[in-house]
Amino acid sequence: MTAGTARANHTIAVLPDMQLAPLFAAYRAAAAARRFRLLTGAVIAAAVLALSFVGAEVEPRTFWAKIGNAGDYFFRLAHLDTGAPVWTDPAEWFWGLKRWTRLLGETLLIAYVGTAVGVLGAFAACFVASERLVGNRWGRAAARRVLEVCRTVPDLVFALIFVVAFGLGPLPGVMALAIHTAGALGKLFAEIVDNIDMKPVEGVAAAGGSWFARVRFGVVPQVLASFASYSLLRFEINVRGASVLGFVGAGGIGEELIIAIRRFYYADVSAILLLIVFCVMLIDMGSAQLRHSLARLEGAR
Amino acid sequence: MSGMLPAPQGRLPEYGWRSHGPGFLGIGIAVGLFVFGVVRLDLAPARFLSGLARLGDIMALMMPPSPETWSRFLVYLDALGQTLAIAVLGTTTAAVLALPLGFLAAHNIIANNAVHFLSRRLLDTVRSVDTLIWALIWINVVGLGPFAGALAIASADLCALAKLFSEAIETADRRPVEGVLASGGSRAASVRFGIVPQILPVFVSQVLYYIESNTRSATIIGIVGAGGIGLHLSEMIRVLEWQQASFIILMVLAAVAMIDAISRRVRRAMMSGR
Repeated sequence: MTAGTARANHTIAVLPDMQLAPLFAAYRAAAAARRFRLLTGAVIAAAVLALSFVGAEVEPRTFWAKIGNAGDYFFRLAHLDTGAPVWTDPAEWFWGLKRWTRLLGETLLIAYVGTAVGVLGAFAACFVASERLVGNRWGRAAARRVLEVCRTVPDLVFALIFVVAFGLGPLPGVMALAIHTAGALGKLFAEIVDNIDMKPVEGVAAAGGSWFARVRFGVVPQVLASFASYSLLRFEINVRGASVLGFVGAGGIGEELIIAIRRFYYADVSAILLLIVFCVMLIDMGSAQLRHSLARLEGAR
Repeated sequence: MSGMLPAPQGRLPEYGWRSHGPGFLGIGIAVGLFVFGVVRLDLAPARFLSGLARLGDIMALMMPPSPETWSRFLVYLDALGQTLAIAVLGTTTAAVLALPLGFLAAHNIIANNAVHFLSRRLLDTVRSVDTLIWALIWINVVGLGPFAGALAIASADLCALAKLFSEAIETADRRPVEGVLASGGSRAASVRFGIVPQILPVFVSQVLYYIESNTRSATIIGIVGAGGIGLHLSEMIRVLEWQQASFIILMVLAAVAMIDAISRRVRRAMMSGR
């Protein structure tokens, strides 16, 4: 303890040791408690990880044996059947460009129509699920549960079931995306509606407006911009989702891709993947542009 | 009428093409694209209605959900555990690898425009490949099974997490870093004591959130053979065992709700513990 020397050199007020001791003890206890909490957390995390290593059947030895395959696989993705690198013969590499572009267009349309139907569903559901507009507690709770199930069950599971009900093709894919979208957006929309300013709604009500007029002129103008930007974000997600719907027979480019992967048509796999990546990036950029101009419009008002 | 209000003075706001034109145009394009899609994808109402009727039958057949026998139930429980293991392992691997990548892509750590631009583009590119596609690729590399699933989740989320981390690093407060440097710390020390404590909570809460969402993804990668409960689910749907299929869906819902609750508690504990 250097309390005495400190007092001798400077005029800084330092508490006497007797008063400092309990403070130091409290500090040490707090630090120890923090360390203990951190340690417990680390031990639990390590235990969970060890358990999942066993659960996922990871064996380090096979991993090292197989990791060489990965390099080999990606090397083959970049080479044609003739052994030449893919970029030396783009015409041969993208031999199915016309067909793939058509399927990619189909994928985009599935994503678009699915998103549109889902947005309409979410729009209808959010007014029921929001506590601001519907007084009926039971109806509200029921709507929330239904939305929760719709967004927790993955869209591919819906697609699997719908393929059995509706037959192969884009229809089950559109339905699956629509239901998942309605569940995910319905929740977000309801939260937005819960946070609106009630004064315009009261104004319309005071002027004798019906429930419909209150929603149309009091609520919709406040929420439309955020609804639109969330819908665009969801569309980006759904484009990615639609690219794999074909794996279960629900239309789009996925079917072509899974056949290429399963039959080891390496050059086709890389060509289709590149097309998908290019398309997704294009959509993301366009949608980001639209969202920014929406935000500007909103800011200008 | 004598009680009429006085006529409004001045110009009323325009309600016509100039103010609402772009909006109408946007709605027109959206509706047109929708109609085009419905026609092009051949979404015929007759097929839709007959399919709905069949869907109703399927829903009726799903009731009540049941695993039929206890041994099947145990098999499903085991597969569900595997699914959770895939989600945890895949997300953790992704997070551990994403941290250095995040530093690399952060502008305030590596102040090199070329590195920044290239790493961001690369992250964006890999991010646009779906988990299920990764699963198929890893199955070809390491064979069928949960290991391929964990690798698929790791590779799909690596880039998303790296991007999130790099954004967290870029928005981190500069002052602690300056403080460390001013008191004579090295550059490495300024990252370790100035930045890492700021992004650690972001790191942990994002990882927890991704484990949640990956529990959902992990249920579907089994459909292509990458381990977990998805394999059983797609099998039961294919052989039209609807009661078992609905039981598996309920198990997945319960597992997701459980993970949800746990991660919410951990996050709250972290927030209060600091």
